[in-house]
Order: sequence, then structure tokens, then C-alpha cells
Amino acid sequence: MTNKSELFGRILKAPENFVDPELCAVITASGLNEERRGFLRKTFLAASAAVATSSAFSQTPRSGVGAGDPNILNPSIAATTLGKPVASNPYGQPSKYETNLLRRQLPGLTQVPQASVAFAPLQGLFGIITPSGLHFERHHQGWYDIDPATHRFMIDGMVKTPKVFTMDDLMRMPSVSRMHFIECGANTAMEWGNVAVPTVQYSHGMMSCCEFTGVPLSLLLDNCGFDRKNGKYILAEGGDGSAMTRTIAMDRALDDVIIAYGMNGEMLRPENGYPLRLVVPGVQGVSWVKWLRRIKVGDQPWATKDEAIHYVDLMPDGQHRQYTSIQECKSVITSPSGGQRILDKGFNNVTGLAWSGRGKIKRVDVSIDGGRNWRTARLEAPIQSKCLTRFNIDWNWDGKAAILQSRAIDETGYVQPKIGQLRAVRGTKSIYHNNAIQSWSILESGEVSNVQVS
Amino acid sequence: MFKFPELILSAALLAVSYGALAEPLANVGRAATPAELAAWEIDVRPDFKGLPVGSGSVLRGQQIWDKTCATCHGSFGESNRVFSPLVGGTTAADIKTGHVAALISNSQPGRTTLMTVATVSTMWDYIHRAMPWTAPKSLSVDDVYAVTAYILSLGEIVPDNFVLSNKNIADVQKRMPNRNGMTFGAGLWNVNGHADTHNVACMSHCQADVKITSSYPDSALGMAGDLSAQNRPFGEVRGWNTKTETGGNSSAGGATPDQIAAATIDPGLGLVNKYGCAACHGVENKIVGPGFKQVAEKYKGNTGAEALLVAKVKTGGSGTWGSIPMPPQSQVSDADVKTIVDWVLKSAN
Repeated sequence: MTNKSELFGRILKAPENFVDPELCAVITASGLNEERRGFLRKTFLAASAAVATSSAFSQTPRSGVGAGDPNILNPSIAATTLGKPVASNPYGQPSKYETNLLRRQLPGLTQVPQASVAFAPLQGLFGIITPSGLHFERHHQGWYDIDPATHRFMIDGMVKTPKVFTMDDLMRMPSVSRMHFIECGANTAMEWGNVAVPTVQYSHGMMSCCEFTGVPLSLLLDNCGFDRKNGKYILAEGGDGSAMTRTIAMDRALDDVIIAYGMNGEMLRPENGYPLRLVVPGVQGVSWVKWLRRIKVGDQPWATKDEAIHYVDLMPDGQHRQYTSIQECKSVITSPSGGQRILDKGFNNVTGLAWSGRGKIKRVDVSIDGGRNWRTARLEAPIQSKCLTRFNIDWNWDGKAAILQSRAIDETGYVQPKIGQLRAVRGTKSIYHNNAIQSWSILESGEVSNVQVS
Repeated sequence: MFKFPELILSAALLAVSYGALAEPLANVGRAATPAELAAWEIDVRPDFKGLPVGSGSVLRGQQIWDKTCATCHGSFGESNRVFSPLVGGTTAADIKTGHVAALISNSQPGRTTLMTVATVSTMWDYIHRAMPWTAPKSLSVDDVYAVTAYILSLGEIVPDNFVLSNKNIADVQKRMPNRNGMTFGAGLWNVNGHADTHNVACMSHCQADVKITSSYPDSALGMAGDLSAQNRPFGEVRGWNTKTETGGNSSAGGATPDQIAAATIDPGLGLVNKYGCAACHGVENKIVGPGFKQVAEKYKGNTGAEALLVAKVKTGGSGTWGSIPMPPQSQVSDADVKTIVDWVLKSAN
């Protein structure tokens, strides 16, 4: 699996004999026609693609460069020709070279793509904001691109005046913009019993973080004259086929919940609830109801399907914990991480993400020896409440086997637990709310893989 | 069930969060009409607030079930091919105690809906709002009572001749096998709640030994596809090359990621995914219904195949491939049905 040449950053030779000998013979005998030109073009493309993945992007060798790197010595096309005009892509797209970091399904996890999840590629993302097009997806009955002109939002139940709002109404109300993480309650679920997935995309990728813009729910509840004495819960309901419904405590609803239409400066993407979704900071993603159509005020929880059959935590005594919602403090090293290979000894930046549903991240520690010893990582600004915090730590890898871990502490003083500590309390049959310390094993070859340690 | 902790609310809480508005929110939104409220107020609570008047028998439920629900859930709600099983794992003793014993004994391979759900209202509410899968909210109130009654009868919570109604559903609640199986949210409901683990931030010589207790098996490396194609080909690291002959990108049910990618080229496959056909049909293999290639093989050379299959998709069919019927897919436009059928027939070549 390890390509030693690549490991140490040496340029590989282009593959020889990449033109089929038979084709060579035909061209020699009969010359080139359009069809044969096509074959040749394809062959060259395939060969150059093979070179690109193995050597063209490799680092400049530290010795034996001869006269110098051809990428420096030879003029590049970009530097010597006219570039493309403005607005060639009126709604911009990533570079054509960015084809590997995509939202991906885990084959075999679900049977139908409408009730499924596509994980965010955390292994290659920077900073704390998830690009809108890479935000993880989780739908219960498929997604729709709903016409905002027809979308209505209703508040009813224990209110003086049940009201209907259009997008026009909502978008002229006072707005706030807040950066928050959203994590599915089932993020890292597959790892409760043992290691089950190869990479951080599949172990932690049901999580994203964006800047959301919208109206504080408290203003809307006030506007409808909600029952302050008896209205202790709200029900949020979606406009999709599943009419997703979740109960939220009134103290959360009045605190920092947002009826959001904006995400990362643009409107929400359809897969994320366009044109309206609930943002419930610190609470698991299922409560952030998409295509939001209704909020009802009530005096009892609703025990909806996703709070009475799913999203309940099975404990060792056979009882289920119902209404577990807050995503507790958690962190993960995103690079180097499972399924990756470190290229070389020497300096490597170890980077990752930390978050807490109870507030701000206070500190992140990193271990390279499986938890025997720890060093405190650098937290990058901004550090915000119920938001991802990026951490980095400098590391000169000596080429020896190592086990990397990160451990986050939030402003309540809570320390992210080891997987054994979680299992001691909640057993191994649980699915949701696994916030254990993640371990990545690094072999001498530089290969990183998912492990659990005690 | 359980007692809910009291919440402390105050106007001060509002002020802390967003402060007072400089101007009142005048002329924003309008009052909802009674008809609008009736159209959208579909929620049913555990105390049956919101439950409409109506009734339905187990027998009627079975008729609806065979036609509409069995395709995904199996004739007896036992199937795990598309979704988790609904029925199984509960006993007469559980109905007495209100605790499902199999949740402790591990005698069941997984958790069924009846093993988990404490509140019968949850079933009624969800079937009403979200089922059937491809045509949510299309069952009448009486049909929802009937289907709920049928599922309950499969779990022997109600007898075969039972008629479930808004009048007797509270009595059925007293027989739910896991009705005493829930505790309230522990520390994870309240943002100021108490955590149940207590790690300490030790910094050095924290433990003598570190033992690897679980690691990712080499044999499963291709499971998630080629990892070298899931990382950038430049930068600090590369992804492992896990491309294998057999592993990777093969899912038991629907189309593989490669096939989904191909859908941008082939509109037929795109529609197959869009409409969830892959839930019941593999490309190669039978799931609930036949694989698309099996269908194509069967009708190879049959000039009337297109018209026949278009009609079967639109109005449903049964008997050709087994006893489980294919429900009518009336939500799919004629043009899309034709594109799908043409793609299916083409796939024989």
C-alpha cells in the first residue's frame, strides 16, 4: 500500500509503454486518422492522470534536483497566456482539481438514499466553517427544493394569536447571524461497540459548522403572545414528507434558537432546508428541523417518532433515556487521520476540531502516545459558544509508531471522556451521543488507521 | 412513562438573550384561519391531545398493509430489508410489566419498534404524518387507526378481531410492552444538566500501558471505496489506495456511488434514485422486487414491453415476481415513468 518513492517525495518517472504496441504498429503503417488521434489523446490523458496522482504533485526533492525544478525552470501556461474572463462561473465553483473531497454515503449503512446520510469530508477541510456544498446531509424522507414564494411558517398552540408568516414577513424582521456547529446525535454511532469505519469522514462527518442568519425564535413567540406560564415546550415541524417533528424545551427556544434562512452568506441550500430551517445551538441535528413549516407551543413533550423510537439511548439496564438532546464536549484530529498516510518524517501539523453543546471550548490537549502524556494545543480564534473551534499542534514525527488523540475541555470544566468511560456508564448497545476521545494509530510506514485503546 | 422536570422561565431570560426591540414588530404576519389550523395541526401527543375521532379494525388494517405497507416492512412487519423491523421481540410477560425483557437479555438481534416505543400515540402520529413512504399523508384517519391496529395485533397487544378507536386507545396504551421503558433525558436535556462521565485532564504518566482493543480490519479496507480518491492528491498527507477488485462502493440495496455518478449521464438511473425505486429493486439483484436486469431479461425482444411496464409502474402489479405486490407509483409523471422503463429495458443489453 505504501509507495516508498512517494513517501519521501521523490518524483516518479512517467509510466513507459503507455501507448499500446498494437496501436503503434497501426499508426506506423497507416498514419493517424481522427479515431486514432482520439485513442492517443485518451491514452495520454490516462497516463498523465497516473503521473499526476503519483508524482506530479510530489514535493520537490531535497537533493538531486539537477539544474532545478522544471515547474520553476519552464514557463507555465498560466503565467504566459491570457486567463479567463470575469463571471465565467456566475455562481462560482471549486477548482476542477478539487474532486476528491465530497459528501459521501457509507455503502451498506442504509438501504434507501432518501432516508440516509452523506458525510462531510472533515479530513480535508480547514478552519471552522463548512463550505455550504459540503455540509453533511441527513434526510428522513428525501429532500425538496421548495419555492420560497409558496413557503409558509405558522406558530400555533398555546399562543394568543396563531399566526402565519411568509418569507417576506420573516426577512424584514430583526435578524441575527451566528456561527454554530450542527452535529447529528448519531455521529460516531458506529463506533460504540468497536472500530467500524475507516476514516474521519465516516466516524465524525455527520457534523458541520456554518454562519446562520435568521430571526430569533423568541421574537416570533413573543409576537404571537405565547403562554409564558404553561408553555413549557415547543414542537417544530417540517414541510417534507416525514413532517419531521421534535420537541424542544422552552428555555432553549427563548435562549438562542433561530428561525434561519441564511447560511454562510447565501440562502440555505435545498439539502439543508431551503428556504427555512430551525437552528438549535448545541442540540443534536435532528432538532434543527428543515423546510420548517410550523412551531407549536404546548405544556407537554410530544414523544414523536424521532424521540420515542429513534434518538433514544438504550442503557445497560434495558431502559431508554428519552429526550437526550445536548451534544456534549467532543473533539477529533482531522489530519492526520484514519485512511491517510503521512508523507515524511519531520515537521507535521496536527490539526483538528473541538466543540461543545454547553458553551465555549476552553482547552484541547493532544497525545501522541495513546494517552500516556499530553500537550496542550493552540486554539485558533474565534472561539465561540456552541461553535467549532480549530486547534493545531506542532509535531516533528520521528518516524516511529504513534497513537494520536485529542481531548477537549469546555467552559463548564467537563473533560471529553474515553470510550471506556462512556461504556462503563452507558454500555455498548447505545447508538447516539458517542463523544469519546478518538484514537488514530500511525505506523512507521506513515499509514494512519482508526483504533480504540484502553 | 416519567415525570417532566419543571422549567424555570422568566421574562428576564428573554431580555438576556436578545434585548428589547427599539420598535414593536408592527404589521408582520397575520392571524391563521381556522381552516389553516385544521389543515396543519396534525400532531398527536402521548395524552392523545390532537387525536381525531375515528376507528379501524385489524382486518381492514391487514388489507391496507398487504397493498401498501408490506412492500417495505414485510407481510408481518418483520422485514429488515429496507427499514428496521417493526414487530418482534416482545412477549405476553412484557405486556404485563411494561418492560421489554429482551432489551436486557440480548436475546434479540436488534431492536424492533414494538420493543422500543412506550407510547402508542407515537405510532399513530407517525403513520398519519409520514406513511406510506412514497405518498405520505395519503391514509385517511380511519385507515391510520386500522394500520395501527394491525401492527399492534402482530405484537399480540390487541386480539385479531380488535377495532381500534379514539375511545379505546388509552386502554391499549396500558398494554404497550415497553410503556415503562423510558427515563427522562438525564443530563442531556438541559443545557445546564449534569454529565454522566467524569474524565480528568491528567497531563503526564497518565497510564502505564496502552492496549489497542479494536482496530479497523484490513479485509474491510475497500468498504468505503478508494480512500486515495477521498483525500487531496497534494498537501500534508495522501489517502490510502484501497481500490480492490471486490470491495468498495457496493451496497446491498440501491445503486452504488459510481452508478449514482453515472446518473448525471443517464437520466433513467437518475430517476430510479430520485423516486426511491432502488429501495426495492437492485440493478442486478432482487431485493423486494426483481433486479432491473432481471426485468430486462424477461422482456427481451417483447415489443409490447414498454407499454406493459409503464402501466405496471403507474397502477401497480403483482404475481409476476412473487406474492408481494408493487404499489402504484402514481406520483411519478408519465414522462418520467417512460424514461425509467426505457432505461430498465435497455439495461439488458
